[in-house]
Amino acid sequence: MRESRLWSWHILSGVIILVLLGFHMGIMHLSHILLFMGIGSGDPVQADQVFQRSRQAAYMITYVLLLGAGLFHGLYGLRSIFFELSLPKIAEKTIGGILAVAGIGLFLYGSYIAVVVFQMNGVGS
Amino acid sequence: MQQKLKNRIGILGWLGGGRYILDRYAYTVHRITGLAILAYFIMHIFVTGQRIGGHEQWESTMAFFSKPVFRIGEFLVFLAFAFHALNGIRLTLVELGWLIGKAEVSEYPFRDSTRRHRPVFIVIMLFAAALMLIGGVDFYFVMK
Repeated sequence: MRESRLWSWHILSGVIILVLLGFHMGIMHLSHILLFMGIGSGDPVQADQVFQRSRQAAYMITYVLLLGAGLFHGLYGLRSIFFELSLPKIAEKTIGGILAVAGIGLFLYGSYIAVVVFQMNGVGS
Repeated sequence: MQQKLKNRIGILGWLGGGRYILDRYAYTVHRITGLAILAYFIMHIFVTGQRIGGHEQWESTMAFFSKPVFRIGEFLVFLAFAFHALNGIRLTLVELGWLIGKAEVSEYPFRDSTRRHRPVFIVIMLFAAALMLIGGVDFYFVMK
């Protein structure tokens, strides 16, 4: 039951990533084509653009969502790779625990950054 | 009692281990691109964390990562994303049973579920190739 539940979250997080990362990739990596079509302005990694996006609540929320979905999807995939190797039960439990702790730690760090930058005031902060 | 069989081939099974067809190699590429994206993602969390240092810190970080070797790496990650995302859509639809057809009596010539959705696999790979091409145009040709 637990494995089925984790697999379902893996699929769900994949769908979330498809939407959110699709937008992110479009904004960050197809910016010149979008600019050519009259959508958006400027270099998306320029400091002003980055901080302008980071200070919008919608972007902060989507960054945190994407962070959580991405970490779960990626680390569960990595766990699946390890678990296919017919490791002893104790090794499986250890790997699962390490990946869970790493995922939670990275999520807390990334969320902290997103919230702190969201709360920053003014240009050059 | 059901015997649990050991995976004797291990990671080498990704390269071959029987009569592998195209879809089995797509699975291998899906795994490799997934690992590449995960590695990039973890580094990306720390790089974007430099925003906490303000505009100057961010600009100096971006100046460091604007070198050609990083631009090539960024494009490779985009290629990996294009394949992984679109193949992931196919895998999700297959695992939910939407592309494999209804169960039917097996009659020669036999058609397995993998071959039954082969046209969808080809169309999705064409979409992935188109996305990679568009990304390449943006990375290297448009407004440079």
